[in-house]
Amino acid sequence: MHQVALTVNGTRHELEIEPRDLLVHVLRERLSLTGTNVGCDTSSCGACTVLLDGQSVKSCTVLGVQADGAVITTIEGLAANGELHPVQQAFHDHHALQCGYCTPGMVMAAVSLIESGEATDRDAIRSGLEGNLCRCTGYHNIVEAVFAAAGSPS
Amino acid sequence: MSVTESGFIGAPLKRKEDDPLLRGRGTYVDNIDLPGTVVMVVVRSPYAHATIASIDTAAAKAAEGVVAVFTGAELRDDWKAAMPCAWPVTEDMKNPEHFPLAVSQVNYQGDGVAVVVADTRAHAVDAAELVDVEYEALDVIVDVEAAAQEGATLVHEDLGTNVCYVWPLETGTFDEGADVIVKHRYVQPPLIPNAIEPRGVVARPEPGGDVTLWSATQVPHILRLLTAATLGMSETRLRVIAPDVGGGFGSKLDVYAEELLAVALARRLGTPVKWVEERSENALATIHGRDFVTTLELAATKDGKITSLRANVIASMGAYLQLVTPGIPLLGAWIYAGPYAIPNYSVMFTGVFTNTTPTDAYRGAGRPEATYVLERTMDLLAKELGMDRVELRRKNFITEFPATIASGLTIDNGDYHASLDKLLEHLGLGTLLAEQEGRRERGDVKQIGVGFSTYNEMCGLAPSRILGAIRYAAGGWETATIRCLPTGTFQVVTGTSPHGQGHETAWSQIVADQLGCDPSEVEVLHGDTSISPFGLDTYGSRSLPVGGAALWTAGEKIIEKAREIVAHQLEVSVDDLDYEAGTFTVRGSPDKEMTVKGAAWAAFAAHDLPDGMEPTLEATATYDPPNFSWPGGAHAAVVEVDTETGDARLVRYVAIDDVGTVVNPLIVDGQVHGGITQGISTALFEEAIYDEDGNLANGTMAMYLVPSAAELPSFELDRTKSKATDHPFGAKGVGETGTIAAAPAVINAVIDALSHLGVTDIQMPATPERVWRAIEEAKK
Repeated sequence: MHQVALTVNGTRHELEIEPRDLLVHVLRERLSLTGTNVGCDTSSCGACTVLLDGQSVKSCTVLGVQADGAVITTIEGLAANGELHPVQQAFHDHHALQCGYCTPGMVMAAVSLIESGEATDRDAIRSGLEGNLCRCTGYHNIVEAVFAAAGSPS
Repeated sequence: MSVTESGFIGAPLKRKEDDPLLRGRGTYVDNIDLPGTVVMVVVRSPYAHATIASIDTAAAKAAEGVVAVFTGAELRDDWKAAMPCAWPVTEDMKNPEHFPLAVSQVNYQGDGVAVVVADTRAHAVDAAELVDVEYEALDVIVDVEAAAQEGATLVHEDLGTNVCYVWPLETGTFDEGADVIVKHRYVQPPLIPNAIEPRGVVARPEPGGDVTLWSATQVPHILRLLTAATLGMSETRLRVIAPDVGGGFGSKLDVYAEELLAVALARRLGTPVKWVEERSENALATIHGRDFVTTLELAATKDGKITSLRANVIASMGAYLQLVTPGIPLLGAWIYAGPYAIPNYSVMFTGVFTNTTPTDAYRGAGRPEATYVLERTMDLLAKELGMDRVELRRKNFITEFPATIASGLTIDNGDYHASLDKLLEHLGLGTLLAEQEGRRERGDVKQIGVGFSTYNEMCGLAPSRILGAIRYAAGGWETATIRCLPTGTFQVVTGTSPHGQGHETAWSQIVADQLGCDPSEVEVLHGDTSISPFGLDTYGSRSLPVGGAALWTAGEKIIEKAREIVAHQLEVSVDDLDYEAGTFTVRGSPDKEMTVKGAAWAAFAAHDLPDGMEPTLEATATYDPPNFSWPGGAHAAVVEVDTETGDARLVRYVAIDDVGTVVNPLIVDGQVHGGITQGISTALFEEAIYDEDGNLANGTMAMYLVPSAAELPSFELDRTKSKATDHPFGAKGVGETGTIAAAPAVINAVIDALSHLGVTDIQMPATPERVWRAIEEAKK
């Protein structure tokens, strides 16, 4: 077992974890942050995307021990004072979610894409979200939502 | 009363469902964490066909954290019936006995042979690796056409054949002497539905032997009935809850082994049992779609009037029959002629067992398979006739409605010319063809093509009498209850079971218009058999055509009872009352009025109701549709094909659909976007590939291409509208239209891009390798 310290959504947690524990399992099972979903076992779908020190990562591709000392934001930590983050709001406004399972990861990836300044046009948004799969929406409204959010001050 | 579409019906309301999902507060099965839960893992066969010589579970049982290990033989007596198939399509259909775990023989890679239950998932996975199964491999048959041949390796030796059934529908004789006959063979490979949420179940034993089952299912009601039957339980002892469900597309329209296992083990172990599917497990253990080989023939006069259609369909069942496996091909059986008036009709279906994952419903279920071969063949016929492909379609469209078609069903309404006209307005075909001509003349590496698909489909499953006539075990009605609460709000209980379709929002819009309230004043409950005891769930684009009609009908009952209350309270005759959007007015006395909300309070207080009237204002309606729902439309794809690499990229997609009255255009557009994406993906990317030993060679998301945003363009949508005459407010189904229409439009476009090089055929999916080979082949 290893001792790690994670700051998740502004709260510091000290945990004993197994070396094989994935970050997504630490978040879901140890911290009960079940907003971050698991959709695959090959790091393909991006449903588990979170921000780690400000960068979007697939939390199934990071070991819990690798995240020692990191500052992590999950979907639960995005809304400030109960108000939806502009990307969450844009997903609502543009009907960019149906079943909602890919949504937390897609929103986190979009937040990172916008903050990095790469969401410059629809093609760039499509390329930038390549690692996040949605089976419901055909991406049309996700692209519109991210495009709208990228143009509005966050 | 009629729908004016000036109110909430037709308005692009943002969804009520979104907020918790956007905040990470969804209640998907994997998020359910009950005290004392143990985790189940299924040990699966690596062989596609083998007998089980022995299973040694001793090491697994001794492993850390393990609670129990069971083999198929050890659980055999838990099953009071075999796994259910609800659609014995013929009297002599072969249905191999099939249990949640194989007992003596495995018949596809992924067939379950044992379960391990442990305190944590990690311990269960570790212990599952210690289950020692000795297999004796058998010969394997994967190819559906080969499996149908005499002398083929048999999946189920005891059946003496791989043929599950033969089902013909012939209403006319094929015109062998026609001016022109075209005939083509099409392969539609198996597809993995890939809902982004894998399946999952939690079964909790309750006092007295009851069980509560949470499942990522589209069909909580069907699941309750058949789980109870399979386990020999009283239905009253099983409650099934579909919490937030992360997509289904037909793949969660089933009764799965793991659902039955979890209930059985929860009863045996007396503690909650949880199972969540891994993605690569999903590729093996959740049903596949398609896997058809079809030969289609069209006969026509030399001026392009189609006189006969003949289809021969060989459809894989996979290794066993799941809930509606054998019926899936038949869901297309009546629409092989699509939107065209073709007088002589004959189709023949052969269902065949193979050593592959069982097939069952995947978005469109039988209808994409029909539309694909028809629309591909329409292009071939146009070429053979030297006729414009759009003109050929126009010339054969059904134009008079209601239309009784050669297959025997009646299409209530449609306007296929209107959709095609609008498509051509949006498309700018002349400009595209000029661009194509220029690229051809210059010999550009990248060529463009335009492909069409004009379609209709039958959905809104389904009229119960027709289902009975085609041997489906149950009906096709739906129920809804509306309760007018004392505070002037409304509680709706629906038998539909949404998993992304937005029923809470759309049902609220319907009630708001009909009974006069704001959609925020409507609560919609669903997906729990204790709350909605009757229901037939969500699939086959049925929720609005059938469930929405049930809701509307319940609303009419509310209005009728409210009318009596209002007449009594205002001391007028019921015949003197006019009703519109929630308010009764008295003819000739404009100052006298009362709302449904007012009647609801009066019915709750019950101080002054008509003599003999029961208090409370509540109504339940069960709606059995008189006909299927018949959406239709016209789609076009524009692709750019790199003739050196074979890479085909979709650059535009235009979809014009007629889905009748639209309740929420945001939701309807979303359904179309998602539907056409799955059709596009069928055309360009997706195929479950089995090797000759029956190994699924691409059973992960790293190997099986579920498209990302980067593979797709934005879509251009518009609508035409012919109201469904068989629906109380004119709505038609929309969930599957895109998937049904899209694949042939895309493949027709790829072939069009390469037709000047002599390419006439490309098999789906049109991967770079297949396209490149087709180009090279045409050069020879």
